[in-house]
Amino acid sequence: MNKQRVVITGLGVCAPNGVGIPAFTEAIKKGISGIRFQQQLADLNFGCQIAGQPEIPDGLLENYFTPLQLRDLEATGITYGMIAGVDAWNDAGLSSTDKDTVDYDSGIVFGTSLLGVEKFRKAIYLTDEGKVKRLGSTTVIQTMASGISAYLGGYLGCGNQVTTNSSACTTGTESILMGYDRIANGYAKRMLVGGCNDAGPYIWGGFDAMRVLNKKHNDRPEEGSRPMQSDASGFVPGSGAGALVLESLESALERKATIYAEVLGGAVNSGGQRQSGSMTAPNSIAVQRCIKDALENTSVDPNEIDTINGHLTATGMCPTEIKNWSEALGRSGESFPYINSLKSMTGHCLAAAGSIETVATILELHEGMVFGNSNCDDIHEDITAIVPENRIPNKTIKKELHIAAKASFGFGDVNCCMLFKKYNS
Amino acid sequence: MTMNTANYDALKKIIKIYLPEDVSVDDITPNSHLINELNINSANLVDVVLDVEDHFDITIEDDEIEKMDTVTSALDIISQKVAK
Repeated sequence: MNKQRVVITGLGVCAPNGVGIPAFTEAIKKGISGIRFQQQLADLNFGCQIAGQPEIPDGLLENYFTPLQLRDLEATGITYGMIAGVDAWNDAGLSSTDKDTVDYDSGIVFGTSLLGVEKFRKAIYLTDEGKVKRLGSTTVIQTMASGISAYLGGYLGCGNQVTTNSSACTTGTESILMGYDRIANGYAKRMLVGGCNDAGPYIWGGFDAMRVLNKKHNDRPEEGSRPMQSDASGFVPGSGAGALVLESLESALERKATIYAEVLGGAVNSGGQRQSGSMTAPNSIAVQRCIKDALENTSVDPNEIDTINGHLTATGMCPTEIKNWSEALGRSGESFPYINSLKSMTGHCLAAAGSIETVATILELHEGMVFGNSNCDDIHEDITAIVPENRIPNKTIKKELHIAAKASFGFGDVNCCMLFKKYNS
Repeated sequence: MTMNTANYDALKKIIKIYLPEDVSVDDITPNSHLINELNINSANLVDVVLDVEDHFDITIEDDEIEKMDTVTSALDIISQKVAK
């Protein structure tokens, strides 16, 4: 069977710098930061006391949850994921099924890292006090990793595969490839894909302990996330969710849906924690191979890529990542594509990063722009040795784009690279 | 046993939040079966019990939960416990 073409017909986002597509679009165009000082982190003696966390307007959640669900909802990841996921579904012109109808053509792959840590914390205290009965009925559904796909599946009435993937900071991007595969192979017509990540000290603390967070900008939060900058010394932790509705081209045309872009496909692999790879560092050979595999799988010539939305976290690994892109694509100097990092505005949203960043990439293709990098006016010299500064814009530029690449790399030495194309009817 | 109206109203208020969209609080009668007639999700029964325990400051044992199938049987258990 020939592979089905897959397009994107819906977008949703719950990001530190914008909740909802209109606010987020404006934020990435203007370089609005979502990084704020977090008093709670200061009170708890964190080295890094700044973070990215979506600001949910009062009353908004009533659109996504029943009063019963809201009463003891303590899983921020589910909150963010539902906002992004339901918004994407509605944006695609789709709606929830009625209570007697199951949509067997629609499925969900929605990833996360840890879910419902605040809920889990309370459950642990109650259990240790011998009060296990007090956990009620919502502890399991808010702390199981697949809680997010379960909440979404119940809201929408999806009857195809409904699952949650987890591959650290690759999660959000990997979910898109998994949903793409399912539609391309004819197993589903529509897949809601994306990722979410809880916010808060219990998520971010482990990273603070590993000394991978930026501790130098607690008094200047908006300047804290500095991918590619010469003095980048750690990432700023984030949270949130991004979601996309993937759909077979056939189904999208039949429904006369808005088509934001085409998903050409991609590749996923692992560096095996061998060579330069480890639990926490990517094997560069595998990273390059992943990018090359994505090109091969999609029959895209490396010279066709107009822009890259990198992983680029600001831990000091940015020059290595740029080198990997350059070697994998065989492009450097003036021939290097545009490249940017959304993390300069949102921080590193962990399992949600790849999905929020891909939403930004699709908006770039759809609107004809390359969003500017914030905090990137003194680029690391190992990067400028490969890529001229005009390829790393620090203000948003208008630009007709055809093909965009997005990659994410995660702990466990796992990689995913996706390629997207502007859709011309 | 005559029904304690105050307890009945308090229980209705507790049950209300667990009713599915298509069941109204006016559908609740003393004879209503919580799961079969009011369509309360069986998983939520444990939450109804926790709310009842909190409101009436009582403890309901597992074997008693099994007997709480209708509004009236729940009220009976509440009355016995509150009286003690």
